[in-house]
Amino acid sequence: MERIILIRGGRVVDPSQGVDDTVDLLLAEGKVARLAQGIDAPEGAEVVDAAGSIVTPGLMDVHVHLREPGGEHKETIASGARAAAAGGFTTICAMPNTDPVIDSPATVGFVAAAGREAGAARVYPLGALSIGQEGERLTEIGELVEAGAVGITDDGNPVMDSGLMRLALDYAQAFEIPVADHCEDLGLSHGGVMNEGVVSARLGLKGKPNASEDVHTVRDLLLAELTGGRIHLQHVSTWYGVQAIRRAKARGVRVTAEATPHHLLLTEDAVDGYRTDAKMNPPLRTNRDVEAVQEGFLDGTLDVLATDHAPHHYDEKEQAFDDAPFGIVGLETALGLVHTHFVRTGKLELSTLVERMSRAPAEAFGLPGGTLEPGAPADVTVFDPQEEWVVDPTEFLSLSRNTPFTGERLTGRPQVTIVGGRVVWRRG
Amino acid sequence: MSPTAPSLGKDLVGLEDLSPEQIRTILDTAEPFKEISERRIKKVPVLRGKTIVNLFMEPSTRTRISFEFAEKRLSADTVNIATSGSSVQKGETLVDTARNLEAMKIDMVVIRHWASGAAAFLAQRIPSNVINAGDGSHEHPTQALLDFLTIRDHLGRIEGLNVCVVGDILHSRVARSNIFGLLKLGAQVGVCGPRTLLPSEIESLGVKVFQRVEEAIAWADVLNVLRLQLERMKGGYVPSLREYNRVYGISTRRLQEASGDRLILHPGPMNRGVEIDSDVADGPHSVILKQVTNGVAVRMAVLYLLAGGAPERAEAAKQGEVA
Repeated sequence: MERIILIRGGRVVDPSQGVDDTVDLLLAEGKVARLAQGIDAPEGAEVVDAAGSIVTPGLMDVHVHLREPGGEHKETIASGARAAAAGGFTTICAMPNTDPVIDSPATVGFVAAAGREAGAARVYPLGALSIGQEGERLTEIGELVEAGAVGITDDGNPVMDSGLMRLALDYAQAFEIPVADHCEDLGLSHGGVMNEGVVSARLGLKGKPNASEDVHTVRDLLLAELTGGRIHLQHVSTWYGVQAIRRAKARGVRVTAEATPHHLLLTEDAVDGYRTDAKMNPPLRTNRDVEAVQEGFLDGTLDVLATDHAPHHYDEKEQAFDDAPFGIVGLETALGLVHTHFVRTGKLELSTLVERMSRAPAEAFGLPGGTLEPGAPADVTVFDPQEEWVVDPTEFLSLSRNTPFTGERLTGRPQVTIVGGRVVWRRG
Repeated sequence: MSPTAPSLGKDLVGLEDLSPEQIRTILDTAEPFKEISERRIKKVPVLRGKTIVNLFMEPSTRTRISFEFAEKRLSADTVNIATSGSSVQKGETLVDTARNLEAMKIDMVVIRHWASGAAAFLAQRIPSNVINAGDGSHEHPTQALLDFLTIRDHLGRIEGLNVCVVGDILHSRVARSNIFGLLKLGAQVGVCGPRTLLPSEIESLGVKVFQRVEEAIAWADVLNVLRLQLERMKGGYVPSLREYNRVYGISTRRLQEASGDRLILHPGPMNRGVEIDSDVADGPHSVILKQVTNGVAVRMAVLYLLAGGAPERAEAAKQGEVA
């Protein structure tokens, strides 16, 4: 049962209403009731003392791999939803590249139901764009949406057939959902395990050139323009990609795009020593790319912060670089990383960060929340902007530990996560 | 040789990790070991009681045999593990294979693996000495060291020479080890091959890039000609072997068109008539078989140094003193 919760004395930052003030926030019946100064605690209310803390609309991560069904040794829907809550996220979107692929109403329903059962962050499934993510025939998109899908994507498998992508962008419009795409031309990236450049030349590893991503990004933008459909470009990693998206937005193309903490902060140098915890797709690229991704994130070209949380079991990463799978976990480090490196350094207003982690993802995928307006879902994140901590993967609630940020000193850490008017996680 | 010559540390993973002094130490230590292979009884007790595992997870004939000769002539006990017939085929991971070997109390592992970085991966996880006998497209340090020893034998120096590696640089561990090592020893290094077989940003390693082999020949004092793997043609990197030979093959005619002589190296096995013509391979400037002979001496030197042998004691060790 949802209780009445009064969050008292925090600095409420809600860009959807232009609020940045020390006010109290009252939650009742699973919704935001009031935002005002000096609210008296109603009888029986749970009071959260937020003095010195930041109170924001619940944070959202629209790019998460939960691995269930089929990869439960890496993550389950429940463990991922708990890890999300511990990272300050109240809402996450689950990618459909599981085994089996989430390409039917039944499997979409399974993910949604398991998410509700977890009782932590809200879990919204994305459905596969093509049956089996094989890139040949569209899924029953209407039925997937009816079963709870908030978007479609073949993430993990880029949609190589431009004709199929066009069909998806056309067809999905009736259901008011975005088409999300992992941009990678496999003909150019085939066999690549890291960025193609000076480090791959030295290490003798096969590279994925920027062009393999850029060719695909530009194609998707052109197809979105052709169809008028909504394209959501995942984990943008190249300087040219950022430019292309910026120009497309200026032309009115309906595009939203992700910046990930790792593409904002790390270069290909992190791979040196064949570190499999720095193996991800798209790969970590060069300084020039990182600067462009940062610039795009700061100016809103990349409007959504997303983690591409990609858990892998430790023995899968404990292999030769070529053999190790792509991806890193991100749910429990994202807020601290971006707060430390962008807000604390003065590069980004706190309210802009909150925007990129709440209202922008809510709008991109049509998700409830992203605001603390009265009547909105009572999804709230409370975090301490002063708390200093060191990333220790053994403390993660995620079942996996694969992060390149181990040992990183961060400032700013989630304290309380409230979903639907219920405290689903509190730092112990 | 100075008694303070630097040791190699626990492993030989690559020449990128070594100092110029360490590379020279290996080459100098190889000198006294050359003579062992010329004896009637080719065996000295330098590594008596040491157990060495040759872990070859990719097919190799020449390198494996060269290591085996080096080990046996130094009296080590050796075990060969090839991918086929081992538990690797049954899905065992590299780290498990290594730990199992370790549990049998071994002293050294010589590893050949198809993945770049595999030797370093192993070296970080087991206390035994690890010698890289070729990891993916990364490094093949003992091959480069025997190249250097052969160049030094014939030209008396390495510093100041122009050495060009010709062929499939993209997939070549021999090329990378040559580049790292030769630059440390003060040579100028060139690479030459079709652009499809040169890595992006190869210039960042400090090499000169030649797209035409005629220019490379004119520039070089030494040509290290790489084998063109037949798979590269299937992969579409070169249209045909015939065309490769026409455009990049090292022929007597091409060598004669350039003034002066140049030393011809090839790590083997050769595709005669593809990357190198027979009359060049068998010609007066070819030192290809000298490389093979030197390979055993260089590997003996590496084994001896990693086992803790002092460079200046190599001659004495040969006479029967235990390292």
